[in-house]
Amino acid sequence: MAKTVSALDERSFPSTVLHVREGGQGVALDIRDFNLWYGSAQALYDVSMGVQRGAVTALIGPSGCGKSTLLRSINRMNDLIDELTVSGSILVGGEDIYGGSTDVIALRKRMGMVFQKPNPFAMSIYDNVVYPLRVDGVSSRRVLDETCERALKGAALWNEVKDRLQQSALGLSGGQQQRLCIARAIAADPEVLLMDEPCSALDPIATARIEELISELKGNYSIVIVTHNMQQAARVSDNTAFMYLGRLIEYGGTDDMFTRPRSSRTEDYITGRFG
Amino acid sequence: MSQQHTVREFDTELGDIRGAVLEMGRLAGGQALSAVKALLSGDVGRAHFIIEDDRRIDALQSEVEDKVFRIIARRQPVAHDLRLVIGAMRIANDLERIGDLGKNVAKRVLALDSPPHRRLVPGINRLRELVVMQLDAVMNAYAQENADAAEQVWRLDVEIDSTYTSLFRELLTYMMEDPRNIGSCAHLLFCAKNMERIGDHVTNIAETVIYMVTGELPQEERPKTDKTSLMPIE
Repeated sequence: MAKTVSALDERSFPSTVLHVREGGQGVALDIRDFNLWYGSAQALYDVSMGVQRGAVTALIGPSGCGKSTLLRSINRMNDLIDELTVSGSILVGGEDIYGGSTDVIALRKRMGMVFQKPNPFAMSIYDNVVYPLRVDGVSSRRVLDETCERALKGAALWNEVKDRLQQSALGLSGGQQQRLCIARAIAADPEVLLMDEPCSALDPIATARIEELISELKGNYSIVIVTHNMQQAARVSDNTAFMYLGRLIEYGGTDDMFTRPRSSRTEDYITGRFG
Repeated sequence: MSQQHTVREFDTELGDIRGAVLEMGRLAGGQALSAVKALLSGDVGRAHFIIEDDRRIDALQSEVEDKVFRIIARRQPVAHDLRLVIGAMRIANDLERIGDLGKNVAKRVLALDSPPHRRLVPGINRLRELVVMQLDAVMNAYAQENADAAEQVWRLDVEIDSTYTSLFRELLTYMMEDPRNIGSCAHLLFCAKNMERIGDHVTNIAETVIYMVTGELPQEERPKTDKTSLMPIE
């Protein structure tokens, strides 16, 4: 594919500063030289990064930097957009999800996704949680019950809703709805949890609950979270990737990124000196 | 930093902290210099003044701490900003101790009934010169955020140590020569030790400046030549 001529000055972008170990068993997702175009507009440039298994990886950067685009590329949500082209690869378990033979539906089952605004379905709490299993054809009441309880416990919501599982999910508070969406995402037992600004519509207490939940879930799941809130990235993540104008500028351990980043762009962004 | 913060008030607050630390450095340096002058001239009036004046350094240290707590609580500084505010607090701590050590020299002026023997004056003066020069240099390195300059200060502490060691030997000799010297020499030994300790705090400050600027501490062991604690008395 011919690359679109970019208005950006390539020389002003040195290659990514990486200080996260790459490759090996510890990688849940291996993103290699990934480029993405919306029509003729390039949104991602040569992104290469390994997402550590069982860890929380935060994607940060100013609006329009490509962090949500990258997140949505991981479960091929961007496929819904017309005139989308990509190059490079994203490997999950050694398999390229952009390879010709990938079953997109099967892929998305391995990737739980949580969005900015809680989006429970207009059905009962129970039906919401077991929805992915029903879609998959599971009908055993025992399996569904067990999964519902496990997922709600996993999402730290069980105690609050166990006595009203048949009530509408829409009656829950915003924070509860978001935890319900996390329960629904983990019900299918995915390998990776993708979170796109999961707390931006929540108050600080509900946000703290979700952050607590994220730290409980890591280990069992590899979590990739997009956030505008840098303090949140600093609080919840193990690794942080800073993106700017479609490029991965710096990727490293969160402790390092927030105490001594190596790129001056990262420094300027996280210290609030941008623009 | 190349750019200002989007929230400019943040820059003003960081500037205030830095200003208070620099003022502390100026006072602490003046204190050390003045204390040694009082010692050499037996100037009791000056000694009293120094002892009183140490309060200003203490007050500035509290001010720096207050400002640092406030900026952490309200602005959650990260990266270089975080290193700056934590560095300022650590440096203020070292400067407060330097002030105390100067004050202690001044107190000993009151205890000594006469200025030290003139044979000791060059050694004490040399130590004072080195200490004040090093403190000045490290505060300049802080003001300019110059890690190379701070590293130079860090390496030069050996000179203070060796000057102190020779003064220590000299004082021992006088004490052995005539036991009537022991009282005054013991006080002078403490004064010399205080100056050497100021040198150690200056070295701490140099390390803090290096960390503030680069995010790394010096890899090597700290140069150390004060071996008086292991020195046998023949």
